[in-house]
Amino acid sequence: MHASADSTSRALEVRGLSVTFATRRGPVPAVVDVDLQVARGELVALLGESGSGKSAAARAIMGLSDRNATVGADTLRLGDTDLLSLTEQGRRRTRGTRMAMVFQDALSALNPVLSIGDQLGELYREHRDMSRKQARAASVDLLAQVGIPAPDKRVSDYPHQFSGGMRQRILIAMAIALRPELIIADEPTTALDVTVQAQILELLDSLRRDLDMAVLLITHDLGVVSEVADRVMVMYAGRVVEAGSADDLLSRPAHPYTEALLRSVPRADRRDATLHAISGSPPSPANQPAGCPFHPRCEYVIDLCRTSRPALTPLEDATARTAACHRSEEVRHATV
Amino acid sequence: MPPSELVLDARDLHKTFHTGRSGLRRARVSAVDGVSLQLHAGESLGIVGESGCGKSTLARMLVGLESPDSGSIVINGKDVTKVRGRDRRLMRAEVQMVFQDPYTSLDPRMTVLELIGEPLVVHKRVTGAAERRSRVAELLSLVNLAPELMHRYPHQFSGGQRQRIGIARALALEPRVLVCDEPVSALDMSVQAQVVNLLRDLQQRMGIALLFIAHDLSVVRHVADRTAVMYLGRLGEVGDTDVVYDSPAHPYTQALLSASPVVDRSRRRLANRITLAGDPPSPSDPPSGCRFHTRCRFKQDRCASETPVLRSLSDSKERTVACHFAEEVREGALAG
Repeated sequence: MHASADSTSRALEVRGLSVTFATRRGPVPAVVDVDLQVARGELVALLGESGSGKSAAARAIMGLSDRNATVGADTLRLGDTDLLSLTEQGRRRTRGTRMAMVFQDALSALNPVLSIGDQLGELYREHRDMSRKQARAASVDLLAQVGIPAPDKRVSDYPHQFSGGMRQRILIAMAIALRPELIIADEPTTALDVTVQAQILELLDSLRRDLDMAVLLITHDLGVVSEVADRVMVMYAGRVVEAGSADDLLSRPAHPYTEALLRSVPRADRRDATLHAISGSPPSPANQPAGCPFHPRCEYVIDLCRTSRPALTPLEDATARTAACHRSEEVRHATV
Repeated sequence: MPPSELVLDARDLHKTFHTGRSGLRRARVSAVDGVSLQLHAGESLGIVGESGCGKSTLARMLVGLESPDSGSIVINGKDVTKVRGRDRRLMRAEVQMVFQDPYTSLDPRMTVLELIGEPLVVHKRVTGAAERRSRVAELLSLVNLAPELMHRYPHQFSGGQRQRIGIARALALEPRVLVCDEPVSALDMSVQAQVVNLLRDLQQRMGIALLFIAHDLSVVRHVADRTAVMYLGRLGEVGDTDVVYDSPAHPYTQALLSASPVVDRSRRRLANRITLAGDPPSPSDPPSGCRFHTRCRFKQDRCASETPVLRSLSDSKERTVACHFAEEVREGALAG
């Protein structure tokens, strides 16, 4: 176990992260200047739509970016390890043991021709020098921990023999096998039905408490964020536009994008005449508007927004709350 | 709502698929098992249920993409269950479909003019290029797209715009019924509200009957006048949307609603949701009696042997439930 009492509670610290993709039409900035901290036992949600850069940021932190991506960062620390100073081989050793990723599509993330026991056991044999027999026993324990019924029988089954929710549990089992400090879950419940989604969210929530892990949850679903996140960072067009505690951010948003999103989501508990619709669609990373990237869709737009991009600045009335909007104070008070 | 004209009357639809090789391993998958639905002009009916519950098969039968094994479909007073040739073309004109994925359901090599004009030409609703153009322009403005865009190709549009094109194409023949299979689940969250509002507006303004299929309960609450809950090929509960959502009387509806995430932090409910035991059973081997009894917390001996029929409860005719103990379930009086 890596968790030692004197180690800092900050599991992940990222400053100035940027990811740029080289394409035929020139460089496309997908992530620009993102700061991010996750403490142990904390669940931070990175909320954004397609093209907002949330997945590119997650992959860059894991060191799993595509070949055509250039990743830059001022700080990238996992616990007390500086990831930037590690060699490629050193980075690889941290993956799995100290940080792990849960992908969206469990069927393609698992090897179809190996049994679940072989795939889980491989982790233990590779990293913990266990014998086949020990690895198998450890795998059975692990499957039980993520709530798979009759784990001693299911351990010899193959991925296609499990349901979608069970496969997602297996992916989570693989991620927590070596007790990492940080788990990055990229849309782990998007492909699942609501009743199964609830089970998986509950599992992630209990595991991070029990194992004192940091969880970075990448999602586009405001409902999921509201149910499980401690803190939220909202991304739009490659940048963080608003961040803060989930309680405060969801009840008193300070960025017009967050505010409009919250109003546009239909609710199961009541019915409104028409939904609040945000006009237009999110910009492509290759072709971003000048000034604030949200200004063409914003209801609060003023001339300043078209020319000058607001920086992510702390709010006056709340600690640890930031927003990138020229009129953030007004947005915040309008929604009280 | 005053009883208006019945446009679609489906009775006792059954559909079984055969899978696997012939012989002993051949499996029969009962996708839809005895579903009856009525749809009146200008009404919207939502169908919710998890993957594999048969909601898409039901939709495909209603638009004529699958033919039912037994049962009947009557559209505008005309039995279309077994029609062929010319009559089939008439059915097509009355019932149109909006597909889930606006990225794959539009031919990338056709311009918007060709895409929307195609049904008009096939059904000989227009003569000559000029008339086609003016009708397409009309349809585009109906879905809030600029008519000048008709010479562009699908890839030049965003996801939300593409779904509008799909809707315009479905509206080209002025159908009485529009079947929408997960029309917003492939769209970005900030765009979903635009499309939901558009569908609702078209339904109310043009008196089209809307059949809205979704796994997202919040969207259905917003769109549907009546809601039907499907489980393993059967209807569990059908009725006025507010009644179904506010006092669900089927144990499955209750579980589904309690697992649906809410955006309001003060009303989070995942932690004390109703947990369903296990995964949904395979439709190739559905449980006897009530198909939900294997996961039901109110299960009695009777449920495994006797199939419950849809019946209305004493207090209201606005809703029917297929559960032996619906009264007690609604009151929450039965011990779990």
